[in-house]
Formats: sequence, structure tokens, C-alpha cells
Amino acid sequence: MKMTNKPVLMQGNEACVEGAIVAGMRFYAGYPITPSTEIAEIAAEKLPKVGGKFIQMEDEIASMGAVIGASLAGLKSMTATSGPGFSLKQENIGYACLTEVPCVIVNVQRGGPSTGLPTLPAQGDVMQARWGTHGDHPIIVISPSYVREVYDMTVRAFNLSEKYRTPVILLMDEVIGHMREKVVLPDPSTVKVVDRKKPDLSKIAKYNPYEDVDGDGIPPMANFGEGIPYHVTGLIHDITGAPSTSPEVTAKLISRLMKKIYDNIDDIVEYENLFTEDADAVVISFGSTARSVARAVKILRKESKKVGMIRLKTIWPFPHKAINELPKSVKNIIVAEMNYGQLIETVEASSKGRHNVIGLNKFSGELISPDEVIDKVREVLKNA
Amino acid sequence: MRKSLEKYYRIERLPHIWCPGCGHGIITGAVVRAIDNLKIDQDKICIVSGIGCSSRAPGYLNFNTLHTTHGRALAFATGIKLANPDLKVIVLTGDGDCTAIGGNHFIHSARRNIDITTIIFNNNIYGMTSGQYSPMTPKGAYATTAPYGNIDRNFDLCKLAQAAGATYVARATVYHVPQLIKMIEKAIMHKGFSVVEAASICPTYFGRKNKLGSPVKMMEMLKDNAVTIKAAEKMSKEELEGKIVIGEFYEEVAPEYTEEYMKIIKKAQGVD
Repeated sequence: MKMTNKPVLMQGNEACVEGAIVAGMRFYAGYPITPSTEIAEIAAEKLPKVGGKFIQMEDEIASMGAVIGASLAGLKSMTATSGPGFSLKQENIGYACLTEVPCVIVNVQRGGPSTGLPTLPAQGDVMQARWGTHGDHPIIVISPSYVREVYDMTVRAFNLSEKYRTPVILLMDEVIGHMREKVVLPDPSTVKVVDRKKPDLSKIAKYNPYEDVDGDGIPPMANFGEGIPYHVTGLIHDITGAPSTSPEVTAKLISRLMKKIYDNIDDIVEYENLFTEDADAVVISFGSTARSVARAVKILRKESKKVGMIRLKTIWPFPHKAINELPKSVKNIIVAEMNYGQLIETVEASSKGRHNVIGLNKFSGELISPDEVIDKVREVLKNA
Repeated sequence: MRKSLEKYYRIERLPHIWCPGCGHGIITGAVVRAIDNLKIDQDKICIVSGIGCSSRAPGYLNFNTLHTTHGRALAFATGIKLANPDLKVIVLTGDGDCTAIGGNHFIHSARRNIDITTIIFNNNIYGMTSGQYSPMTPKGAYATTAPYGNIDRNFDLCKLAQAAGATYVARATVYHVPQLIKMIEKAIMHKGFSVVEAASICPTYFGRKNKLGSPVKMMEMLKDNAVTIKAAEKMSKEELEGKIVIGEFYEEVAPEYTEEYMKIIKKAQGVD
């Protein structure tokens, strides 16, 4: 990627809007909530400059509805929120999953449950991001650890949502959202931008909005007002979009929704390994926690401790590959997360008893510090 | 049905799910006739609904149609209209969908004066879930969740719309179809948030629970209970009890939301 811009001091929430606009966001609907509010404020300022639209809706539910509506009308759309608002958006996130409307939902996590700790960080929405809406559905959740990465991942969130016709959740936390770091942004013209696949009317006799014409599980999407009227419903529907209660239609639709994500898991999943080749213990983390883990692991390596880390950039679908490809030397997995222990259950399931899986959890509204990671690794290696 | 109207329907999806005697087909037909009279390009119309009996209407109509989540039609419609102001956006909703779970979106859409036409199929009951009371169920009426009579006071939807900022507000009934069609036409052509309440009938649930008799009897009740705005002005509060006041309540030319936003874009870009 060509870097032409000068270094700037930028906040995570600001980098999110910068990335979104470069990715093609032209619609934002939101509702004020700490610690995500800057995203709305900056979007309100920047969107009209590029001919885009910003609206502050009457509530979180309405914001999510407006985002889906705008996306159907052809604009790449985003909303941002935090825990309580994320809960309110869940019904319509499920609507976007079933109706296959691309959109990006940013959740700058704060301490919960309920109003919780509005100004303090947490990673307590890992499971809400996966299962917050009802019913069987796939979801893509990605989580940045650095301000520069917020920019890249926001672009990626739009690209994935357009490519797979699915809502994508950018799971940040208060630290990443509010932290300012020196960043060098790329020349926008060098950023890869993906747009939704449109129906090719020269090849099809009739447009069926939910027909898998290309065999990749992703039906081409026409925008409202572009000459092909069609029906969209949150009911289970056949390829024409008509409601159906047929067991065959239902099973086929749900299977396709799942397959379009899980068949492309290698394209969707991203993670980073550090010093895992010969490690005895590996720390798994994501978001701001991964910053402390990276520091801790580097310090411990200087002491010749056989410790490595995996930083999950994609949380859902869970990268089982990251666990499966760990070398035999790895006996211990420490799951560091700012919650009471959420992702650890998935790691345990993925490990299938091959590793000693231990949680490093903090749910006090404070970051997990490098020292706490170091202490935990030492304790685990001593007991091993 | 007139042959010339068939193009507006997804004929292959008929018959519809509504019960015999339901008034909703009449409102749907009025919407179609209004659009036909206005000669608007079908692809330039987007019809959005929420959840409930009324909200099934768009599925039978051959336009850009969106059947959303319960109460949220106006939120989705706001996104569509702001994203593409060239589209004529029409929301078809019910009394429960619009005034209970969707009440917040209704008042705020009215407040913004966004160019969306909202047509409320008011059958005074939750029909889809088989007869629970809604915010439009008259006080004293019976419902499956009001087995001893409803103690909730009902909204006057037209007053609510007007107070919240809607710039065209009218009411007709499924008995007064020519008036209803005219109102829908005016609402669609009105620049701003327009509201048409269509008093409908639900013989299956509201009618049965309240022993109102056959669909024909319920239609006759609409005819007998309807009074014009002019006539209502001369009636006392007691005399108006149980009456349905029909007519155009309010019309105003006011700045429209998406047009105002286009000015924001120009301002942000420094071109004016």
C-alpha cells in the first residue's frame, strides 16, 4: 500500500470514519452513546462533504432500520453504538442477516451489563456480537487493536459486507475508540474497495432476488429504484422473495446463509501469530487486550520463556484453524479477555482437550496490563 | 379487478392471507387506484411495511416492497427516502404497528416532515395475533387481552400526527372509498410527511369479540358512524362519542427533510 499522507495523531473513532468514507460509506444513521459518539459526530461533519447522508435517529432501533433501508436503496451504510445500543439493534441486525442486506455495525464496547460503565473499556459483548439476534444465523465480527488497524478494518468490514451480503460487526472497545496514536493513512486511491454484486440482466430472464445464480451462495443484489422491483421480507422466503413456510425452502435458505460464510472462512478469518512456533504457552487475545499481551510476550521471550500469542483479528466465525495448526509444543493456552470468560468456552471447544486452557479475565473496567499477562504466564509455566 | 390494474399486483401471490370480510383489501385497492390515477412509474415507488395483517399488503404489490420488523417501517423508510429522494416512499402500517411499538418512529418522522406517505390500516385490534387490544382499541371495547373491557384510552391518530408535525393529515373509512382514494392521491403528491388513517374492519376478531355482527353490518356501522369534519364541528363531545370524523384535517407547506439535507450538503461543500 502506497503511503503518501503525513503522519497524523488520530483517535480510533476518527480512524473508523476515515476508513468508512474511503470504503464508500455514504449513509450513516446513529444515536448518541458513549464511547462511540465521536463516530457519529465526525460522520455528521464529513459525510455531506462527499455527498453522503447523515441522520441522527430517534433511537438505536430506528438507526439500524434506517441503515438497512439506505443500503437497499443503494448506499453503503453504517451505524455505531455501544453495549446498550447494540442490544437494541439486535432484532434489525437479524433482519439484515436474513434479508442479506450489506451494512456495518460498530460496537465500541464499554462495561456492562445494563448501563454498566459507560466510560470504561470491556470486551463483554463477544457473545452478544455472535448470538445477540435470535435464530440461526452467521455473522462476521472483526476486532482491531490499533488505531491504524481501525481504519483498515473498517474498510474490510464494508468489503466483507458487500461481498457476502451480510451485516459485519466491527467490535472495538473504549480504549481503541478513544486512544490517539500516530498513524499514516494510505492514499485512498490505493485502498481496495469491494462493491456488491449486481444482477446481470443480459444473462437472466427474470431477476429472483434470492436465487444463487452463480453457485457461490451469494445472490446478486439489485438496489431499489434501479429498474427491478422486488420484495424483501424478514419472513423465511423463497428465491423470489415470497414468504414461505415450506420445510424445504426454509432448510435451503438457512443452509445457504450459513454456507456462504463458512465455505469462505479462509477469506474471512484473519489472525496473527507471534512466537508460536516453539511455544509451550500461547496467549490468545483480541482488541486492546492484545496490545498488553504483545508487550508481555516480548518481555517474556527476552527471559527465554517459551511463550507465544495469537491475536484474533476475526472473532466470528471463530478461527478454529488458529488452534488446530498450533505446534505440538503448545501445552497451555491462556485466553486473555476483558470479561468474565466468554471466548474461552469457544477456545476450549476448539482445543477439544488437547490443551490446558486457562482464562485471564478482568471485568473491573480496567485494561489487562502487560504485568498481569506476565504473571499469569509465569504461573502457568511454573505449574506445567 | 380492472384488467389495467393487474400490473400493480403480484398476481401469482394471491389469494391473500386476510380473512373473509376484512377491510384491508379495500385499502390496498385504494392505494393501487391512487397510484394508477397519478401515473407514477412503478419502479419509482417503494412500499414499506412493518408487521401485522396490514403489513402483508406490500407482498402482493408489484413495486419495490419491503416488509420490515414490527413497528419499524418508518425507520427503514427514512433510510430509503434519505438515500434516494427520487423514490416515492409509502408506508403501509396497522394501528398496533404504527402507534404502539412504532409510536416513536411515527412522531419523529412527522416531526422531521420527511416526504413519506403513511397509510394506517386501523382495525382497532391486533389481528395477526388474534385479537389483543391496541392503542386504537376504543375504551370499553373487548379484546382477548381485555376480557373485562378495555380501560386504556385510545389515541386520536390524526390529532397525534398533526401535533407531531405531519403536514398532511386525513381520515376516511373502507366504506368511503372514493374519498379514501383521493386522500391517498393527495398524500402521495404532498411534499412532506403525510398521514391517511383508513378506518378498517376486522370481523374475525374485533367484530366477534364485540358482537358487532357480519362484515356487512360492520360496514354499515362505518357508514352510520362517520361524520364529516364540518358536521363534527357542530357536535358536542358526547354526541361525538363512538363517531368517526372523516375528512382532511390539516395541510401545510413546510420545509421537507430530504430537501433540507441537500442544502446541508451544499453548505458542507461550500457551494452556496
